[in-house]
Amino acid sequence: MKYEEQPVTIALTGELLAKAGEMKSSGHRLVQVGVAAVDDIYEITYTFDRDLAMNHIRVILPKGTSLPSITGVYWYAFTYENEIHDLYGIEVTGINVDFKGTFYRTKVRYPFEAQVKPKEGA
Amino acid sequence: MAKQIIVPFGPQHPVLPEPIHLDLILEDERVVDAVPSIGYVHRGLEKLVEKREYPEYVYIAERICGICSFIHASTYCQAVEGMMGIEVPERALYLRTIWSEYSRLHSHLLWLGCFADSMGFESLFMNAWRLREHILDELEATTGGRVIQGSSKVGGVRRDIPNARLKEMVGRLEAMRHELQDLSDVFFGDSSVKTRLRGVGVVSRQDAWDSGAVGPTLRGSGIAQDIRSTGYAAYDRLKFEPVAEPSGDCYGRCMVRARELFTSIDLITQAAEQIPDGPLEVKVTGSPEGEFYARAEQPRGEVIHYVKGNGTRHLLRHRVRTPTFANIPFLVSALKGCELADVPVIVLSIDPCIGCAER
Repeated sequence: MKYEEQPVTIALTGELLAKAGEMKSSGHRLVQVGVAAVDDIYEITYTFDRDLAMNHIRVILPKGTSLPSITGVYWYAFTYENEIHDLYGIEVTGINVDFKGTFYRTKVRYPFEAQVKPKEGA
Repeated sequence: MAKQIIVPFGPQHPVLPEPIHLDLILEDERVVDAVPSIGYVHRGLEKLVEKREYPEYVYIAERICGICSFIHASTYCQAVEGMMGIEVPERALYLRTIWSEYSRLHSHLLWLGCFADSMGFESLFMNAWRLREHILDELEATTGGRVIQGSSKVGGVRRDIPNARLKEMVGRLEAMRHELQDLSDVFFGDSSVKTRLRGVGVVSRQDAWDSGAVGPTLRGSGIAQDIRSTGYAAYDRLKFEPVAEPSGDCYGRCMVRARELFTSIDLITQAAEQIPDGPLEVKVTGSPEGEFYARAEQPRGEVIHYVKGNGTRHLLRHRVRTPTFANIPFLVSALKGCELADVPVIVLSIDPCIGCAER
């Protein structure tokens, strides 16, 4: 089985909106926005697709800093941006539909914020 | 401007198998906006990847959803295999393809039944579910499970289907074909179905694309995008044309799923004819490092499993973007401008799976 090529482009936070705009104008679909917490940073990855080929743009966000919303470019990104706020506590500024923490009604606030230490033998 | 009122829809509603909440903003009986919210069944399954070793996490990935369970497990395996550069045996890829198409058949029949029920068409609902039982019987007979199959593992599959048995399964699907055609004919041609669905919840081709929709929901607006075309598992060896309907209404989305039943039978038939003999799995050792995005076409559309390893037996991150999550903005578009009485049918027309969406 052949695996797809998966290029990841690193972008600065300030470049994000321009990069998203380039993707939009070249006919890419926003596929997902995902977060991985690695030590003191968050890797925020924006996945785009055109003609079934994926492209990823990654922003490295220090914990405690905010992220600009791309809903001005892809209006439907509000679901992803509310999700990353509600699960990780990342502040996203300028979301078109901002649920202010009520999109996911979780018992624990920002449940994905802390990293879990696996038990011995688990 | 008419006076606006907000009517809460869900999280508990007769048409919803799982909880989602919508604030419907109405002017008289017309919906002018809809604000969705979820989180009632959030289980934090992705987080469990930090507590379980990557080979055993397959059992958790499979439990993300009770309908697309097999495809969640196989896509997670695909992601780990991609990250570790594992060459999965051909026979295992064909078996994954066959079970994936059986999952699609049972999911679409379940949905067609639920959709008929939402229109008040009880006999059609029961007939769809009667046919679905045959599919579940095959899944149970070949994997041991009706809901959770447990047959995918990192590096291959746990069970085989003997070639003679595959031929019998194809024979039974062929025998079912005319019954499925009868069922589809009611959806295609019955006047009460047409009256209830045509022109309801219309989303144009452009608006569907601009909402990031996936799967039958997108194809119901005329865009023939299907992730099976990327050729994962054994799909690159099989011939099929993605099904699309141009109308963009509830009827179009219903037609796509009804027609996809026959695509699935064709794919299973081809796979059963071509499946090579050989091993079912390769031995997987070591601790993965790196990352990989795997995607597959679930019954509801494109699913993405992302994995990131840090050189230990516990992955750093597993993220799933499910099709229902991607289809929520489409639902908002479809609801704008509709009548309040049409809301249940429109909500169901995207085949929402909230368990999947929230993980």
